[in-house]
Amino acid sequence: MTMLAALGARTLDLFRSFGHAAFFFFDLLRAVPASLRRFGLVVVQIHAIGNRSLIIILASGLAVGFVLALQMYYALVTYGAAESLGLIVNLALVRELGPVVTGLLFAGRAGTSLTAEIGLMKAGEQLAAMEMMAIDPKERVLAPRFLAGMVSMPILAILFSAIGILGAYVVAVLLIGVDQGNFWSIMQSRVDVWRDVGNGIVKSAVFGVICSFVALYQGHETDATPEGVAYATTRTVVMSSLAILGMDFILTALMFSTP
Amino acid sequence: MRQSARPRRHCARTPVAEADKNSTSAMPSEPQIASADTLIEIEHVTFGYDASRTILSDVSLRFQRGKVTSILGSSGCGKTTLLRLIGGVHGVNSGSVKFDGELIDAQDRELLFRLRRRMGVLFQFGALFTDLSVFDNVAFPLREQTDLKESMIRDIVLMKLNAVGLRGAAALRISEVSGGMARRVALARAIALDPELIMYDEPFAGLDLISMGVAANLIRTLNDVTGSTSLVISHDVPECMAISDHVVLLASQGRIVAQGTPAELMASTDPEVRQFVRGEPDGPVKFHYPARPLAEDFGVNAGSAA
Repeated sequence: MTMLAALGARTLDLFRSFGHAAFFFFDLLRAVPASLRRFGLVVVQIHAIGNRSLIIILASGLAVGFVLALQMYYALVTYGAAESLGLIVNLALVRELGPVVTGLLFAGRAGTSLTAEIGLMKAGEQLAAMEMMAIDPKERVLAPRFLAGMVSMPILAILFSAIGILGAYVVAVLLIGVDQGNFWSIMQSRVDVWRDVGNGIVKSAVFGVICSFVALYQGHETDATPEGVAYATTRTVVMSSLAILGMDFILTALMFSTP
Repeated sequence: MRQSARPRRHCARTPVAEADKNSTSAMPSEPQIASADTLIEIEHVTFGYDASRTILSDVSLRFQRGKVTSILGSSGCGKTTLLRLIGGVHGVNSGSVKFDGELIDAQDRELLFRLRRRMGVLFQFGALFTDLSVFDNVAFPLREQTDLKESMIRDIVLMKLNAVGLRGAAALRISEVSGGMARRVALARAIALDPELIMYDEPFAGLDLISMGVAANLIRTLNDVTGSTSLVISHDVPECMAISDHVVLLASQGRIVAQGTPAELMASTDPEVRQFVRGEPDGPVKFHYPARPLAEDFGVNAGSAA
């Protein structure tokens, strides 16, 4: 009976926390128009979240492009299909690796930074001070960061894919000697702008919403202690990553269910 | 909704707060005050952060316009909670809190924000925005809440900083100012919109003697110059006694031990009041948190040990 009661209590707690997060999400969406009126704040956050994530995103994109080209070449050349290398690298990057890897890196780089910043603002009573000044922290602090995350993520994913394709070009064409014309022309003819590139951008926008929301929620709900902020930062990475991987499967199934 | 800077209402000084029926003090009964002179009315308030822990139990208090009122009490007696209830951070479990006759409803954000525009709060550790400069911290409420031109905001900010003696520190970053200076910057920010009520949460905590004296004088001077009402939450007896018109002494669960003028409290013969104002380690208020007998905790037979 005690176990049953404990299970029931935990289930209720789980639903309560889902409900709380849902309310927080809708509050955040409600605060977005107000934050658009303070567009300068959004620009500052795009710089903090987007520009400062550029190095890690570009470096990772380049490395992924290198490795992908090398591995794909070894696999394809066995079947005499090396001319498809450009197409496979491109589709892998714009459909999957670009949005997903950028999302995971974004959670690690920008998500943790957002959680720690908001958590420390809460611990330092800065959010409470705003409330007491009759200023809504969701409009002034959270919504600009949420918008910045939504805007930055797709741009970062595009850059990741672009630099990844360039990396693949360097390895495949310049180092291995795959035909340059073939590498580019198969992309032009077989990659659909809306279906492949467009869906990739939609995916990354969804991941941007997930990462920003999880990071801000964790920061806002953290215990205002050093341990609380540390724990919330860790939770941001874990929850964002799991949510991105889960959502990626769902989106892929919805977007690319037909060949 | 943004507001324009409007002239402050300067309040006439009135007799001190009315005696409360909860008070166990031997203080002389004070005259009933007209409601118009009361800025904050707390009526039979009971509050706890959760069902198992009551912080304030059936507390009733009134705070007069234009006065400096200090709420003294040991740590954990509910002083800061009282301040939060006045600010509408939490809703009361029962009873009511009124600000200038309006019931504070923690669920009604529009009402809360309208009332909070008339309040200024000095947080215990300043709660300054660490990504902004001293100037920008003080300018923050002006930029967010008014449509004033930047040149006007600049003048107001420099005036406020001048009032706290920090006009020369306007360009400094928050990381570059000392704890005492940070408290004064926070004070300048709290009075930026000329609030009718300024609430100070432990304004003297962690300050050196000079900073403490400066902070105490500032609270008194600002109250007199601006005609605002000041509510000081503290456990620093000498400073509060020196600057207050009225002092309320709280015990656990918000029980009002005594209230009156500083002179009345200092002259009190009530053992609990004497213990607190003189800082005696033992008396009606026990130093030790309630615990099992010492012998039981250390596994010693108290009878044989004796």
